[in-house]
Amino acid sequence: MSTSAVDFLVAVGLVLVGAAATCAALTRDPVRQSVLLSVLGVCLALLFLALQAPDVALSQLAVGSAVTPLLFLLTVRKVRRGPRAGPERDEGRGEGDER
Amino acid sequence: MSGRVRKVVFLLAAAVFAVAFALACTGLPHFGTAVHPYGSKAVAAAVRHRTANVISSVNFDQRALDTLGEESILFGSVLGAVVLLRRARDEDRAEPEPGRVLPSTVLLGAALLPVTVLVGGYVVAHGQLSPGGGFQGGVVLATGLHLAYVAADYRVLRRVRPLAAFAALDAVAAGAFTALGLAGLFAGAAYLQNVLPLGTFNQLSSAGLVPLLNAAVGVEVASGVIVLVAQFLDQAVEIESPETPRATGQGEDDR
Repeated sequence: MSTSAVDFLVAVGLVLVGAAATCAALTRDPVRQSVLLSVLGVCLALLFLALQAPDVALSQLAVGSAVTPLLFLLTVRKVRRGPRAGPERDEGRGEGDER
Repeated sequence: MSGRVRKVVFLLAAAVFAVAFALACTGLPHFGTAVHPYGSKAVAAAVRHRTANVISSVNFDQRALDTLGEESILFGSVLGAVVLLRRARDEDRAEPEPGRVLPSTVLLGAALLPVTVLVGGYVVAHGQLSPGGGFQGGVVLATGLHLAYVAADYRVLRRVRPLAAFAALDAVAAGAFTALGLAGLFAGAAYLQNVLPLGTFNQLSSAGLVPLLNAAVGVEVASGVIVLVAQFLDQAVEIESPETPRATGQGEDDR
């Protein structure tokens, strides 16, 4: 690949990362935030790939876009479930992991 | 400190930092050039030790001590999370109800679980040859296992994930990294020095100590992440907090 093509890919990656990070910072709902964090992780992985760092891209993909958002989602679920006192009270909150 | 003062202090500090950071960056080697002083030396050292993946050579051979530190950090943080998220005396364990799962989700999860575990194993095993390695493959292995939860049920996940075994494996693998470093001392060299036979370049059994350290990290990361996610899952699915969560401290004194 020529230098300008690589530069273009890097520029696209940087713009994507900036856009995803801004969206994540402007979102207030933690559930949406963790989904956007996952998207940001994928964008960062693409940027690292364009910068010829596949090892870092793999780490970023596995940790930044899978494990960290999962831990956030589980934490949100625990907090929203509230203390005991009857059955599930968080139904219909749209968390997508209600089991 | 009022909000206004705080903002002024922040802006001042940010300006100073921006100037200092920009000045420091001008002293760095140029970005994306074909020749890099550290890169050339690292590649030469990796080829000398017949390691095809230079990153793995840096991680597990040239700077293995740094990796020992990172691995210990991961072990320590998993340990801390386990201690913090364990079931407290005033919390109950409630059997979770199985939820409704779409047949397509079951099919996809059941089909992808073996594929993901295989990919994770491949990435760990080929750490000394191709991009990836113990850390990346370990996380893939751990997340792949949780497809059992997505596709089936929490109780199915508990059956495919013997937590005590993984917790023990985590500790054993973390210790194995430290112990493997002693091989260098026994051979009369430095701690964590690559003293094993180096093998043939670009073969699975090349690079001496690198594949062993890589495998130790793979097992440690996979079991560490499994144990970590298990603590969060336990809290999110099974453990019921007391009715007045703020009063837990007093509640414990009563008992």
